[in-house]
Amino acid sequence: MAENCQVKFTDFKSDQSVKWCPGCGDHAILNSVQKAMASLGYKKEEVAVISGIGCSSRFPYYMETFGFHTIHGRGSAIASGVKVANPHLKVWQITGDGDALAIGGNHFIHTIRRNIDLNVILFNNQIYGLTKGQYSPTSKRGFISKTSPFGTVEAPFRPGELCIGARGQFFARCIDKDLKHSVVMLEEAAKHEGTSIVEVLQNCVIYNDKTHNAITDKAHSADRTIKLEHGKPMIFGAESNKGLMLDGLELKVVTIGENGITEDDILVHDAHCDDITLHLKLADMEYPEYPVALGVIRSVKAPVYDQCVAKQLAEVQEQSQIKSFNDLIHSGDVWDVE
Amino acid sequence: MGKRSKVIERDEVVVRFSGDSGDGMQLTGTLFSYTSAIFGNDISTFPDYPSEIRAPQGTISGVSGFQVHFGHTEVYTPGDYCDVLVAMNPAALKANAKWMKPGGTVILDVDSCDEKNLRKAGYETDDPITESKLSGYNIVKAPITTLTKESLKDMGLDNKSILRSKNMYALGLVYWLFDRPLDHTKDYIKKKFKKNQLIVDANVKVLEDGYNYGNIIQALTPSYHIHPADIKKGKYRNLSGNQAVAWGFLAAAEKSGLELFLGSYPITPATEILQELSARKDLGVKVFQAEDEIAGICTAIGASFAGDLAITTTSGPGLALKGEAIGLAVIAELPLVIVNVQRGGPSTGLPTKTEQSDLMQALYGRNGESPAVIIAASSPTNCFDYAFYAAKIAVEHMTPVILLTDGFLANGTQPWRLPNLEEWPAISVPKADVNAKDWHPYKRDLEKLSRYWATPGTAGLEHRIGGLEKDEHTGAVSHDALNHQRMVEIREEKVQRVANVVPELELLGDEDADVLVVGWGGTFGHLFTAVDELANEGHKLALAHFNYIKPLPRNTYEVLKRYKKIVVCELNLGQFADYLTMNFPDIQTQRFNKVQGQPFTVVELKEHFKTLLED
Repeated sequence: MAENCQVKFTDFKSDQSVKWCPGCGDHAILNSVQKAMASLGYKKEEVAVISGIGCSSRFPYYMETFGFHTIHGRGSAIASGVKVANPHLKVWQITGDGDALAIGGNHFIHTIRRNIDLNVILFNNQIYGLTKGQYSPTSKRGFISKTSPFGTVEAPFRPGELCIGARGQFFARCIDKDLKHSVVMLEEAAKHEGTSIVEVLQNCVIYNDKTHNAITDKAHSADRTIKLEHGKPMIFGAESNKGLMLDGLELKVVTIGENGITEDDILVHDAHCDDITLHLKLADMEYPEYPVALGVIRSVKAPVYDQCVAKQLAEVQEQSQIKSFNDLIHSGDVWDVE
Repeated sequence: MGKRSKVIERDEVVVRFSGDSGDGMQLTGTLFSYTSAIFGNDISTFPDYPSEIRAPQGTISGVSGFQVHFGHTEVYTPGDYCDVLVAMNPAALKANAKWMKPGGTVILDVDSCDEKNLRKAGYETDDPITESKLSGYNIVKAPITTLTKESLKDMGLDNKSILRSKNMYALGLVYWLFDRPLDHTKDYIKKKFKKNQLIVDANVKVLEDGYNYGNIIQALTPSYHIHPADIKKGKYRNLSGNQAVAWGFLAAAEKSGLELFLGSYPITPATEILQELSARKDLGVKVFQAEDEIAGICTAIGASFAGDLAITTTSGPGLALKGEAIGLAVIAELPLVIVNVQRGGPSTGLPTKTEQSDLMQALYGRNGESPAVIIAASSPTNCFDYAFYAAKIAVEHMTPVILLTDGFLANGTQPWRLPNLEEWPAISVPKADVNAKDWHPYKRDLEKLSRYWATPGTAGLEHRIGGLEKDEHTGAVSHDALNHQRMVEIREEKVQRVANVVPELELLGDEDADVLVVGWGGTFGHLFTAVDELANEGHKLALAHFNYIKPLPRNTYEVLKRYKKIVVCELNLGQFADYLTMNFPDIQTQRFNKVQGQPFTVVELKEHFKTLLED
């Protein structure tokens, strides 16, 4: 009976027609989110989806939950206010590489630093889509776009590095079209208490088509990505014979069976390790030197801002003699005029 | 205490404590004003300090002052000119000499008047009194530093701690001058330093010795006698404008049953509101010290969306940064109060000084047609009232409200009669009804034109709002041309309809006045005092002072059109005068403007009004 009361993933679809370009990776992410929310057993009314500005930020309109499509870059700040005001809500923030890492960079890092219990989905397509094709903070150096006709001369941000550098405790990465893995990543993010960042490598079919293809293409993805799982050896490849080892302070790609290397020599992923050293290295791996890491790279327990706020409020209220406005104004230096 | 040789009877007196910014003048002034208030005087105070925490010692830029105006009658301003100046060094004397009333009393620490300090203060001779043209004044040359050292020589304190007590010596002497009891200050010292008995003993001894020094010099120095004022019965406490704002929101939260959320970033001179509410976790206040001004308002907007009474506080430059987010609150039609404690601008301007130059920014400093309610407080204690009403209007009309105060109100204090919240009006929260027929997020209360508050967590009210224009009937995103025009007009009309609940403009003074003085916000005390004093001198003047700027009170035009000669007085270049002209093109106004980072003086206002009366 209880099973029948469960919200189906289609219940999370709003009556608005979805207006992203045909073939855009956003469609897949919307599906993944709705599936994850259904499988998490969410009730529609306890969910607030908050976004800033950009293609991805239209997301709340397509969700049959509470939603707030706000202003450019400020989604994290607004979502933080929602969560602190009502910690019972499941607050999801939808953002993109421009919204979170350019105009909203300050809010992004401070939200992560505070470790507010938000689930942030960062759609990374390495381009400004809604303004029709300018380079973004994650566009690779030399990238040609309408505002970089001769190639960019900027180093891009690596979202995982930025997140962990800002003392992030949860970082995961997945690919838009890999629904099955994306749903698992979103569920993991939801279960983690504190700020969870899920970077989705998303394809912009119009302005930056196939930007992630070198690693997401079916023919090559097994060899060019590694799906990390906590407690499992870091093995990848179409034949599952490649792995990661430490060589001094550097990660090294090795082949099992060559040079006497066995599975026992391969690093085992520890997502819960407090030390960030290896997590940073894994998050920073780029093709072709390395496989690109997918999965939960870091997931560490730490004090959660909104929980700490609620706890401190309860403690002070318990201890203080001042229980009302009237108590307050009569405390301290008061005199009588007769 | 023996009989005093010379006593001056006065209705009211202005005392200014002045010294280096590290001399403890703010505390000295605060303690003196408390004692006067408890004695039963009406008081008004104002601190005047540099923006540097410790500006170069001994220089004029490092002078920190605290002025107290107290009287047997009601006082509305901290006073223009002082009767008594306490100057702890030559720079303090130099900076304040021009603010002395003729024949006033100057208490000068002569120990500080060495060659080095005189030159630092810019004196060319070794006689600062003559050089400052104070020769005919009542000068008390007290060797305060030496006397403090003498007083504490056997207590085993280090030299630094001894010198830090100088201010208590000066305070004791001023208490003698006004024949005030030392009890309150002694209690304060005991409480403040309860962990260090030696410091308590030292400060109490210095205070008493300062007082007794008055007895020694009484043959040379007249003392002042000010009777208690005839003040309404009740319990009182001293309240600054910033504290009053914070408490007004606490009262509104309790009255509305909503939880209070403040998102803010420290900025002079608004920071005390953030600090005050941060300390009120016992009343359940959620304070979010954000990473910047933008996050301050955005967290508040998020909290408002989630159903809290949401506030953000700032000063001019911060309001500029919040502009885009205020627009979001306008189009999302969420309740929000934005407090702007105005300071001298543009840019960083004069952070610790007062000005009224953010009026146009509050009215129009946003993209698009972006109407918000604008309210201005006009005294330190009525900051409480207007914070309460700003919250009430924001919630009941589902609109952002900008509350304007200023550095003068924020830091000024007045005695505040403790209110009984039961006598204050209710705040009704327009919660969306899940059972209402054809509910949608932009369904409106037809009288107020406000929408309903549908907060996350309520099953059946799931909806999406945002910064994009919405369809009038469904709340869905709409780019329809005519729909946009209607929505723009509805949002403006919604704000205008707030006039239905705003009190009418009150005319103070003579109905048949020859000159109508118009002001708004923090200048009330000075304008009222000037008009009142001229009326007592037989002139026909009236004052119309505005607290509600947008919308204007319903009877504004009716009041203004009765007068041929109107002067709009403001601490800017005429922003409210322009606003009145825009609203009522046939009303002719003259302007009296001051942009010096300082309040008006009653003297300059009276002089100006007299010239208008003579024209």
